[in-house]
Amino acid sequence: MAVTPIPLEVRNIKKRFGDTEVLKGLSLQAHKGDVITLIGASGSGKSTFLRCMNLLEQPNEGDLIVHGEEIRFKETRHGREPADWKQVVRMRAKLSMVFQNFNLWAHMTLLENVIEAPVHVLGKSKKEAVEHARALLERVGLAERADYYPAQMSGGQQQRGAIARALAMDPEVMLFDEPTSALDPELVGDVLKVMRDLAEEGRTMIVVTHEMAFARDVSSQVIYLHQGVVEEAGPPAEVLGNPRSERLKQFLAPKH
Amino acid sequence: MEALIANITELLSDNTIFNMQTLGYYGQGLATTVQLVFLALVIGLVLAVPLAIGRGSKRKWIKLPIFFYTYVFRGTPLLVQLYLIYYGVVFVEGIQDTWLWLILEKPFYPALIAFTLNTAAYTTEIFHGAIKATPRGEIEAARAYGMSWGLMMRRIVLPSAFRRALPSYGNEVIFMLHASAIASVVTIMDLTGAARFVYARYYAPFEAFLFVAAIYLCLTFAILFLFRFLEKRLLAHLKPASQ
Repeated sequence: MAVTPIPLEVRNIKKRFGDTEVLKGLSLQAHKGDVITLIGASGSGKSTFLRCMNLLEQPNEGDLIVHGEEIRFKETRHGREPADWKQVVRMRAKLSMVFQNFNLWAHMTLLENVIEAPVHVLGKSKKEAVEHARALLERVGLAERADYYPAQMSGGQQQRGAIARALAMDPEVMLFDEPTSALDPELVGDVLKVMRDLAEEGRTMIVVTHEMAFARDVSSQVIYLHQGVVEEAGPPAEVLGNPRSERLKQFLAPKH
Repeated sequence: MEALIANITELLSDNTIFNMQTLGYYGQGLATTVQLVFLALVIGLVLAVPLAIGRGSKRKWIKLPIFFYTYVFRGTPLLVQLYLIYYGVVFVEGIQDTWLWLILEKPFYPALIAFTLNTAAYTTEIFHGAIKATPRGEIEAARAYGMSWGLMMRRIVLPSAFRRALPSYGNEVIFMLHASAIASVVTIMDLTGAARFVYARYYAPFEAFLFVAAIYLCLTFAILFLFRFLEKRLLAHLKPASQ
């Protein structure tokens, strides 16, 4: 039987900023179709952890295995660095990220944003990329916004556009870094709906979020981080329904 | 064409200063000025792009020499730079025996070199500032989507920075046009050179210099117009939609 490699596996990630250790040995396995949500108070290291997964932050220790391929590191005078940046580029193309502040490229229209990486990183033909992009924009409800610039769209539209951009890469894993935190409350719903659809169709997703309802309803696994350590992890019913630690209980308690 | 010349000749018949000959000088001067400024700007622009990228490098041995160069050329008068190159080049040992001398002995090329180095220095700083102002998030997105450094520069950072730099660069172009008037002090017959010649012959400062001022003004407006047009097209993404 052929073994399909796990889309993403990270082992024992440690990260220091100066003297402060913000990630103290975190591991995670994302199997195909998993939706893993990372929750925790601000400063718990959840965003940093996510950014270590595509090496926007360089972990000081730990292993990273993308689709069965282990990323090689080397020690330099400035600390640990990837040994082969080409490998990193290849690996990043398999993980697309959706950012808190959307980070669409401002000088390109929405359509140009969506086809940019498929054409120039994956080497797809422009025609094929445009067709795919139009279908994706249709899907996130932005078909008529294809020729708009990001500055001409609302936050919610920009974020759905950013999700279309992420989907255009046909990624192994999608990384969401607090995708609804910068949105006005009335715009959060549209974005979450798109994300729920993606989860339902079996996308592998790792989501840093404060949306507890989303974590409860959609995720296959919830990880609660506190000061760079996994405090609790497991299925949402367990972690969110029946928290064991005092801290998580307090974190989940309704705030007034 | 002949009819046109006849027309102009008639128009100028009771005019002692602006005859076909002086207008010819002005015409040649215009051609020289446009040539000089255009070449300096184009070469300066080509030099400035890699210099601006290098200016923002983390490596000191790349960054510091470029900073030193822009600092010196922005920190000293263009006229002094022109004198140094025009008068100084003769004293370079053995240069008169090489093919370079064929170029450098005419005043046009020392002036072109001085103008090019000067505008390249300013343009480097303009682009450097614009590159530095690229939103961090856009760079992160480029990296997260698997772009190599070169691809990111070519597709994201530079196109975005050029647009941001456009208004300042338009000013630099106008500044360069006006600064080119000093070419006349090293005997180049540019626009100002032609005006000086006409002034000297007829002793008519107002006619000679007001006329040339009007030509500069027209050129300036043409440049302004061009950049306004470019900004309208290339900076469309910064305007909110009119819905």
